[in-house]
Amino acid sequence: MSDAKQIAEQTDGDAELTQLHPNYKSALRVKAIIWSLPFIVGALVLEGIGAVPGGYLVIPIAIIALLAILRLPMRRYNARGYNISSDRLRVVRGIWWNSDTTVPFGRVQHIDVGQGPLARFFGIATLTLHTAGNYNSSVHLPGLGLELANEMREEIRGHIKRESA
Amino acid sequence: MNTAVSDPEIAEDSQARRTDPKSFILRGVKTLRQLLIPLAVAAFTIFEDMSFDELALFLVPGLAAVLGLVVLLNYLPWRRLTYTVAEQDIRVESGVLSRAARSVPYERIQDVSLEQSLLPRLLGLVLVKFETGSGGGDDLRLAYLSEAEGERLRQLVRERRAGQSASQEQAEGAKRQDASEPEAHTLFAMNARRLFIFGTFEFSLAVIAVLGGVIQYLDNLVPEEMWEPSYWQSSLNEYGMGIATMGAFAQTLSALFGVIFVLLIGSATGLIRTFLRDWGFLLERTERGFRRRRGLLTKTDVMMPVHRVQGITIGTGWLRRRFGWHGLKFISLAQDAGASNHVVAPFAQLGEIAPIVSEASLFMPPEDTRWHRPSPQHRNTYMAIGLAVMAMVVVAATIATSMISSEKLDHAQWLVLIPIVSAGALVARLYYRWRFARHAWDGQQVYVRTGWLAPKTVIVTREKLHSVEIVQGPIGKRRGYATLHLGLAGGRFNIDGIELEHAKQLREAVMTTITKTDFSKLERG
Repeated sequence: MSDAKQIAEQTDGDAELTQLHPNYKSALRVKAIIWSLPFIVGALVLEGIGAVPGGYLVIPIAIIALLAILRLPMRRYNARGYNISSDRLRVVRGIWWNSDTTVPFGRVQHIDVGQGPLARFFGIATLTLHTAGNYNSSVHLPGLGLELANEMREEIRGHIKRESA
Repeated sequence: MNTAVSDPEIAEDSQARRTDPKSFILRGVKTLRQLLIPLAVAAFTIFEDMSFDELALFLVPGLAAVLGLVVLLNYLPWRRLTYTVAEQDIRVESGVLSRAARSVPYERIQDVSLEQSLLPRLLGLVLVKFETGSGGGDDLRLAYLSEAEGERLRQLVRERRAGQSASQEQAEGAKRQDASEPEAHTLFAMNARRLFIFGTFEFSLAVIAVLGGVIQYLDNLVPEEMWEPSYWQSSLNEYGMGIATMGAFAQTLSALFGVIFVLLIGSATGLIRTFLRDWGFLLERTERGFRRRRGLLTKTDVMMPVHRVQGITIGTGWLRRRFGWHGLKFISLAQDAGASNHVVAPFAQLGEIAPIVSEASLFMPPEDTRWHRPSPQHRNTYMAIGLAVMAMVVVAATIATSMISSEKLDHAQWLVLIPIVSAGALVARLYYRWRFARHAWDGQQVYVRTGWLAPKTVIVTREKLHSVEIVQGPIGKRRGYATLHLGLAGGRFNIDGIELEHAKQLREAVMTTITKTDFSKLERG
């Protein structure tokens, strides 16, 4: 392998990341709202029947819920990203524990594009690549526009077919 | 189709067969064994108040009914299970009420393994497993066939496979030759002497723990005062043998006997276990791959195709290492359950291990390998966390002891030494683990060694990795270290606490290798 190509590969590994679909942020927010609702309702009920003195439960829970709804999806969205090149897909995620996964197309066993009800509403999808390794046996890339996810699937599938032929 | 049917042997073969009739007896025995305890319990509760005569009246027909039921419940499935060795595949049809048919094409069968546990062995039966690539324990199995039939099926599957792959290019004569028992040469075997040394190192006090449990269980059955020293003292005193009066020599002697007893039990456990498991250990290299046979009461015979070996693990123990003994395991695709399944040389010198490794298309780390240590930052972080925890324990303990009145605790303040000493031990351990941990890579392989007293080395082929992931925690991000996870089929493979730049280099190196070959080419080998 020539040096020039090696350098090209090197930069490939750390190439600029593509951001996910903006709707992914909204989907995360809605999910956070759904998650925090039972806690807020529970806290209100507990204070309503006088089990807990007023404000001691509702205020902290409301603060946490606000953070989870407003701030967290923002940070998670910014921490995520992907990069698709001619022979591999790189998926980056995590605020505290940051993981940076690279899957070569030549090792993909099969590909899924999945949409939950929420994702369908926002027109986004999750692309999942399955490998034969015990670790990272499935690598998920959520928050892609549905069309893009399908395009990516076709492209990766094309690579697999070509290489095994 | 047309060529094979004309062959009388094969034509005769494509009829449905049943498993060996003895296997249904065997299953019956197994069912009875499972039923034994529930039946006994039921009998005791039902017949509790009956006289002996009444009992006999119920018991005999009852037993007969149970026996009849067991026979019927095992006979019907046996009768309804048939297997057919067909042109393209092996088919198994089964089920009494609902029928299931399964077909496994020959080209999907990686190999046929034969397994014999004690009872089937006495009856001359084998469990035949058709190993396919499917994950989990979902392989097709036939329980049980006669030894000859098992061997015949194994031979036949190989013949068909060889026939399929060679049909276009090779002549019939070559096919016949290919199918006969392939030439094998021994890679590793263990004689009784080696087993004895191995067993000695397998020293285990598990039996003593079990005995302890049993004694605790028996606690209610023996007089309580038995556990009081005074009970023994008084009974011994009756014979004029108080321990206190025994004198220093006798006391030492009895302690010595105690230690020797424990050592004997521990060694015996290790020896027995080793002999049972590894008796007649034989690893051969055949045309199809590695063949391992071992076992005294339960004999196993396992085939491991070479191209399914993903990597190797070389382990050792803290004591056996001083004598140069190591164990070699293959990391193989995940279908065979249990970690001990891929042991190919449980107790060998490195000189014996190297040839096996090269048979598996891998090699031991060359002399000029450039080893790297994990990041010292990673080590320091863990030391700091450990020390902080211990310091908190010390503070808490000091406060606690100062609060309790001083007369109650005699020298209890010395207890504070425990966390201090363990903090020292922890730091030393982390330091040495860091010192002895290392990793390296070259054009074809990645090497990782972990452990201090009993180091373990894992070697994998770069080409057979499936993904690369770099993970950084909150501290790692600040201190610049990361964990590198490499996707390996049949095992986990990660390098902890290495510098981020270093991890990225390794990722690039591995990725360039992986992207050069497609997965489909790996599996064909």
